[in-house]
Amino acid sequence: MSAKLNALNSDSYIDVSQYRDQHFKGNRYEQEKLLKQSNTLYVGNLSFYTTEEQVHELFSKSGDVKRIIIGLDKVKKTACGFCFVEYYTRADAEHAMRFINGTRLDDRIIRTDWDAGFKEGRQYGRGKSGGQVSTKILSLCKRLFIS
Amino acid sequence: MDLCSFFLSFSGGQPHKRRRTSEPIEIEDRLESLICRVGEKSTSSLESNLEGLAGVLEADLPNYKNKILRILCAVARLLPEKLTVYTTLVGLLNARNYNFGGEFVEAMIRQLKETLKNNLYNEAVYLVRFLSDLVNCHVIAAPSMVAMFENFISVTQEEDVPQVRSDWFVYVVLSCLPWVGKELYEKKDVEMDRLLSQIEGYLKRRVKTHVPMLQVWTAEKPHPQEEYLDCLWAQIQKLKKDRWQERHILRPYIAFDSVLCEALQHNLPPFTPPGHMPDAQYPMPRVIFRMFDYTDAPEGPVMPGSHSVERFVIEENLHCIIKTHWKERKTCAAQLLSYPGKNKIPLNYHIVELAQATEMLYMRLDTMNTTCIDRLINWFSHHLSNFQFRWSWDDWSDCLTVDLEKPKPKFVKEVLEKSMRLSYHQRIVDIVPPTFSALIPAEPLFIYKYEDESASSLPGYAVTVTVGNAIKNRASNEEILTILKEVPNPNQEDDDDEGESFNPLKIEVFLQTLLHLAAKSFSHSFSALGKFHEILKTLTDSDEGKLHILKVVYEVWRNHPQMIAVLVDKMIRTQVVDCAAVANWLFSQDMAHEFTRLFIWEILHSTIRKMNKHVQKIQKELEEAKDKLEKQQHKRVSLFMDKNSEDEEGQLEEQIERLQEKVESAQSEQKNLFLVIFQRFIMLLTEHLVRCETGSVDISTPWYKNCIERLQQIFLMHHVTIQQYMGTLENLLFTAELDHHILAVYQQFCALQL
Repeated sequence: MSAKLNALNSDSYIDVSQYRDQHFKGNRYEQEKLLKQSNTLYVGNLSFYTTEEQVHELFSKSGDVKRIIIGLDKVKKTACGFCFVEYYTRADAEHAMRFINGTRLDDRIIRTDWDAGFKEGRQYGRGKSGGQVSTKILSLCKRLFIS
Repeated sequence: MDLCSFFLSFSGGQPHKRRRTSEPIEIEDRLESLICRVGEKSTSSLESNLEGLAGVLEADLPNYKNKILRILCAVARLLPEKLTVYTTLVGLLNARNYNFGGEFVEAMIRQLKETLKNNLYNEAVYLVRFLSDLVNCHVIAAPSMVAMFENFISVTQEEDVPQVRSDWFVYVVLSCLPWVGKELYEKKDVEMDRLLSQIEGYLKRRVKTHVPMLQVWTAEKPHPQEEYLDCLWAQIQKLKKDRWQERHILRPYIAFDSVLCEALQHNLPPFTPPGHMPDAQYPMPRVIFRMFDYTDAPEGPVMPGSHSVERFVIEENLHCIIKTHWKERKTCAAQLLSYPGKNKIPLNYHIVELAQATEMLYMRLDTMNTTCIDRLINWFSHHLSNFQFRWSWDDWSDCLTVDLEKPKPKFVKEVLEKSMRLSYHQRIVDIVPPTFSALIPAEPLFIYKYEDESASSLPGYAVTVTVGNAIKNRASNEEILTILKEVPNPNQEDDDDEGESFNPLKIEVFLQTLLHLAAKSFSHSFSALGKFHEILKTLTDSDEGKLHILKVVYEVWRNHPQMIAVLVDKMIRTQVVDCAAVANWLFSQDMAHEFTRLFIWEILHSTIRKMNKHVQKIQKELEEAKDKLEKQQHKRVSLFMDKNSEDEEGQLEEQIERLQEKVESAQSEQKNLFLVIFQRFIMLLTEHLVRCETGSVDISTPWYKNCIERLQQIFLMHHVTIQQYMGTLENLLFTAELDHHILAVYQQFCALQL
């Protein structure tokens, strides 16, 4: 069957971003490979009150959710504005990147990004006082290609 | 003009650093980009861009002819919304290079054959339409196009073929006429009249049993929902009456008429439609969805009537835009809003005027198909959650004056329930007027039977305390099972020696306590189910056990349907319950009062999907093992056969046998699931119909409408799977003895692929 057209294959919403996890055990190449195969999304800019149930309801719209891990303040062990959503299939995660990223949950515009995969410990914020690193700093890091 | 500078007229940006020698891959990419982008916003006119591009491509033919052919064939298939731009381009190329024109036509015919062979019927329509527009560009001679259409229509004379097959060939011919009707009639009016008359005869004798199943509304007013071929036929009739004057389609080739009419035309080779194959999957019939007419758009340009061919062309183009750009939502929106010719039509109404649409759909809920109401509920609640749930609820206060089971209040109730899932209970209380309080969902709290001292008289209460403490103190599974042995079995007079048989009270005591302790969040509950998986498996060893566990889950979480759904999902995935048990539970008498609620059907369809995915997964494993064996056998033939490869082959063969059994067992489970579901529907519906008949009461209650449409929904949502089991269904369940109301649904479904 005749080939597809590269020029028409734009799918920019599922592209891997510039962010790389500094604590990732492995080199950049390995991390990127995992990101490109991953079924897991990082979700940021959640309200501290956003519940697992709300995340589940929204993200189920793009496919069956395997699990959700709410991000916690390392010290207080309370929700601190981010979470991980893992799907059973990559395709469902891609749909979330295309259609849920940049829309609202709990009145806030949330941001999704590929994650190399949840590992115990990654649910804790790495900010100075135990919460999530401030969004301003995160986006600055993104712009300067640092993680 | 060279490739680089021509490219610049599109990129509108800085010139690239020119390489000393351009790589062939680069040139291919640039050719692709140029061709794909022609017709988009540019500083030059479309005509000038087409002229320039034709010149560039002509110059590149000696070196890149095949690439250019490939790209042009691809855009014909994949960019149908720009059909006339590309046919004009091909026309210009043909005028400059007759041989190339011929090769392109041949390539298109090859591509057409491929798409038909591969069941890509929608793409095939675009290809035929492209060929027909090439008549307008003087690339293809009109008589040979008419001959192709005649061959297509001759399919209607075939015997013993599915109606959907001949439907498709008729559809293709009719759908080309807005583009090429005028030209074909000018050259071959006698033949065209004969063609149309044959089509008319076919449409008259066509069976349309499937239509009621596909209509969004059961009422014919205000907009009749026509079967798609009937609608298209009416549109073509009107076009013919207007002497084929069609004003909407963009036709760039008109500007090049003086050049194009000098070109030599090619004849299409005689094209015999491929014969019917048993595994062919023709497109299913549709009903045209209409909700606006010209009275709804009083200001601005007039909306074309439902039988004007403009309506057809616009809707086709909008569909194509969405299909092409669905992955890029911003681009898609921009493309829709910049639709060429948008100034001549009320574009907002063709795409959708949201607030007005919502209002109109609400007003017509009473006759709307239940599946469509589901979608409206999901869309509307999601939409509200992005706009702070702001809505003029008082406009809908008419829903408060009728029985809560009627469609309007039911709709509002479900919307509020879904909205609560995306926010929280108090938010919903705050956003609706106090008059709506009856429709507000319950607070999603756990209901613990053994909550406090007042429950101490209930049988098993003491054990709930002991087992609760044991769980909190991280007792082992064995210890907990021992504690549970203390629970008396209300089903037996004397105690069983092992206490192993089904004991509903034991299940209740354990599960209520466990879920109560884990009620905090989904994760807590999942963790609990995982930790005590062994115990749960033991308790639900029988069918009654499985049914009872579902009952208990419902009892404790009946105010939190979302939690019920995720728990049922987990229990299926961890094989604590099986799919048939879930189906039986949903249809049980205990759940009858919830039968019309949306969450019931979400659980049922999710269960069916899990079953289907499970079967597909094992089938895939089997295919992979077979492929591996084949590869292994090829290796054996070409290399030495040694003991290792012999062993491997043996292992693979064993594995394949095991997988084969697994597939058969899974398919059997799947078939059984559908049998259970259909059987239950038949029982419920028959009961209702008999009761109404003996009581001389009208059968059309809200419950009945809901139930019969839910049955339709099962067929429609899982038609691919169900089609495998048609024989069994017809022999066992959907027999002639069945009440005709129920049998009609089955017959409508069969009509979709007949």
